[in-house]
Amino acid sequence: MSVVEAVGLRRTYHTTTGVLRRQAIEVEAVRGISFEIAKGELFGLLGPNGAGKTTTIKMLITLLLPTAGTARVLGLDVVADARLVRASIGYVFGGDRGLYERLSGLDNLRYFAELYGVDPREQRGRIGAVLDLVGLTGRERERVEGYSRGMRQRLHVARGLLHDPPVVFLDEPTIGVDPVGARELRATIAALTHVGKTVLLTTHYMFEADSLCDRVAVIANGHLVAQGTPRDLKARVADRTVVEIETFGVGDDAIGKLRAVPGVASVSVSERDHAQVISVQSAKGVELTQTLLGRLNGARVGRVAVREPTLEDAYVDLVTEA
Amino acid sequence: MPTGAAGLGPARVTRLLLAGWAFHLKSLSLSTFFILTSAIQPVIFASIAFYMFRAGGHAPTLLYAAIGAGLMGIWSTTLFGSGGSIQWQRYQGTLELLVAAPVPFVLVLVPLTLATATIGIYSLTATLLWGWLLFDIPLRIVHPLEFAVAVPATVVGLGLLGLVLASSFVLYRHANALANLLEYPVWLATGLLVPLSLLPGWTHPIAWALAPTWGVRAIREAALGGEPLPAILACVGLAAAYAVIGTVLLAHFERLARDRATLALT
Repeated sequence: MSVVEAVGLRRTYHTTTGVLRRQAIEVEAVRGISFEIAKGELFGLLGPNGAGKTTTIKMLITLLLPTAGTARVLGLDVVADARLVRASIGYVFGGDRGLYERLSGLDNLRYFAELYGVDPREQRGRIGAVLDLVGLTGRERERVEGYSRGMRQRLHVARGLLHDPPVVFLDEPTIGVDPVGARELRATIAALTHVGKTVLLTTHYMFEADSLCDRVAVIANGHLVAQGTPRDLKARVADRTVVEIETFGVGDDAIGKLRAVPGVASVSVSERDHAQVISVQSAKGVELTQTLLGRLNGARVGRVAVREPTLEDAYVDLVTEA
Repeated sequence: MPTGAAGLGPARVTRLLLAGWAFHLKSLSLSTFFILTSAIQPVIFASIAFYMFRAGGHAPTLLYAAIGAGLMGIWSTTLFGSGGSIQWQRYQGTLELLVAAPVPFVLVLVPLTLATATIGIYSLTATLLWGWLLFDIPLRIVHPLEFAVAVPATVVGLGLLGLVLASSFVLYRHANALANLLEYPVWLATGLLVPLSLLPGWTHPIAWALAPTWGVRAIREAALGGEPLPAILACVGLAAAYAVIGTVLLAHFERLARDRATLALT
């Protein structure tokens, strides 16, 4: 039996625009998505900003009512059995918010232990265990307002695991955390499935999804555009090669020219420090490097490399197609 | 095995209320802005009231004015606390966490509104001390036992009135703007500063439905001499009614907030 099951899940937001002449607007954030997560599985939900990842998670953890479709967690309906679902899940949102800043980490954990009905006789031991797990032992009596971003994120994880839930939802848990802290968090997340927990993770970081997830689903514009193991997704672009060109100050016109080169499957641009890294996918065996550099004539070019496609390339391909 | 949704017996409910109250009281007490607002604003009102009463030749009623000013502070704190702190929870991202807890939301919110009303005791203490130190108002309480009951009864009454208001603040992102509109009318309508007998008759039913009316009457009668018990009972009765209304409204508004996606800031 699936631990998490979404069937035709849909969510529409209603909002208004304008000051004097207000107009109603409907935004379809999630447009009928379906997936299942098995017990003990670490399932990744990937997608660009605004794709519908957080909306999906919020429906699953009962904070938003679906407009249509159904979702079940441990066989419980997220609308009809909301309170039972809440007792069985833990969730962690990325970012600085979601903590009582003026109070200590320990105060925060004690309060949520009460809310989640952790037996008073077990609270001390349970809080000690989660503090150990996230590496905050010794810092728990300090006020949260003095915590670094990484420490806050670890406190979020500790809060989410306090009541030892069998299902855990993690919404971009490593966002904004320094590399060492993020690596430690990833180790903590990986350890969750070792003790039998089922995890749904959303992330922007493809290497994170690749290294952690048993299966991933890609969501774009509210649609689920692909799902499978990271290996399955990478297989989509296995017949391709990627040319990576580091440039400085290249405009949209030049990117458009690259897209127009015959044989180019997709072009994506990412900012890295002061540089732009342009990744161009094309069929394996087709040599396009010189042609591409020719189209960038006049632009300042740094490092140029040809490499095998990664999960990120598969993701870019899927999201671009959507 | 998670136990959050199970076993909501009297012991668990009591623990939830007490732990939540202590937690939010500590959090609010560490807010310099909140404490200064609670302590300084009523002192300013009290000073104006003292001078007005003195100029009007009503020196013996200065304690009457001090208690009224203190209650004005408790009401402001409750109103500001209920509206402001729900908005603050929304801003700091904790409102969603509270809603997602596996207990009825009313048991999460009541401790918060009671804590804000409790902070209002600073207001009463500050105005009484201010009057004693600067205006030589003797702090002689005629019925100390009844006074000791009247103050917490008033705090509970105001706190649960705050719950009724807070239920709408959960649904509407900008409902705390309403809080500012309600501050002065309630001061007037409940006789905190001027006796109800000076107000038009049509305002009296409104006054009777509001806990501050009975709270200030109970505290004044306990402090200045009189029969505080009926006012205490009225305050407690209204608190019970507010608890029922607040519970029903909150369950409705919480579901609407999940439907309309207003729990988060955006």
